Amino acid sequence: MEKFAPVKRSEDGQPVRYLIVDDSVFARKNLARMVETFGGQVIGEAGDGVSAISEYERLTPDIVLMDITMPQMEGIEAAEKIVRDHPSARIVMVSSVGYQENIVAALQRGARHFVQKPVKPEVLYEVIKYVMRDDGTTAQGTGAGV
Amino acid sequence: MRMELIQPFINSADAVLAQGLESPISIENLSMEQEAYRRKGIAAEVFLTGEIEGRIIFDVDLGAAVQLASRLAGVAVSETDDDLVREAVCELANQIIGNSITTLNDQGFHFHVRPPTLHTSEQGSKSTEDTEALVMCFNTSSGNVFMNVALRYQRRRAVERAVVAG
Repeated sequence: MEKFAPVKRSEDGQPVRYLIVDDSVFARKNLARMVETFGGQVIGEAGDGVSAISEYERLTPDIVLMDITMPQMEGIEAAEKIVRDHPSARIVMVSSVGYQENIVAALQRGARHFVQKPVKPEVLYEVIKYVMRDDGTTAQGTGAGV
Repeated sequence: MRMELIQPFINSADAVLAQGLESPISIENLSMEQEAYRRKGIAAEVFLTGEIEGRIIFDVDLGAAVQLASRLAGVAVSETDDDLVREAVCELANQIIGNSITTLNDQGFHFHVRPPTLHTSEQGSKSTEDTEALVMCFNTSSGNVFMNVALRYQRRRAVERAVVAG
């Protein structure tokens, strides 16, 4: 897999910490491999929206990668609940179902960005840099637009 | 079955499989199925509800499923890694069907998709007059991939929408 300039937290130079939420173990593993090539650290995983909320409370990750179609509670509802309690939460929706209504609903409820599956590493990398913006740095400089 | 419903599935399978395998794929066969569907390998099933309702079975020959899982996982996967192979087939189904549904929704069809589940029975339910089933066979560098699409228009909701629109 392609290597990318590591994205670090600008406040302490530590790796960006991720929570990955997807009902597919396979998808979680693939996303985990991908963010590790960005220099990130996966600190938690969840398989549905309910677990995502409790894991967010417990871990307070820098970024959540959140699937939409999941059992128990879907990703958009979970994102809304997380952002309601933590307005600075950075949630990126990652789903194969990317029609306009879904994307708009996710963004209106607090998600920062949307990436459609199958995920291309270079696309996710740019989104991570954009979402981290001033709170992230890469080897070449600050996150956004680098 | 109307082509406007089928074409997005063909396009998505082509795009997702070609990207995942990094090689071109082709449609080997396309046929209407009257009899109950017989599973050929590792299969996942996705149900749709809304203006279009029905189910799609995504079915991969065992050998092809193992190769697809290996390619997608980036590590060698063997036939004994049952869970990983099944997970890979479900995730591929999710991606292909999700992308198709995206296209259909953007064309004005509104419906909801449930997460994929493993289709373990040897035989599925028969098609009915209302539920047309089309079987597509895709030839990939790793083996054959089948999609059985059985969808029907939810006429009542379509009519209601037309009435509301005036």
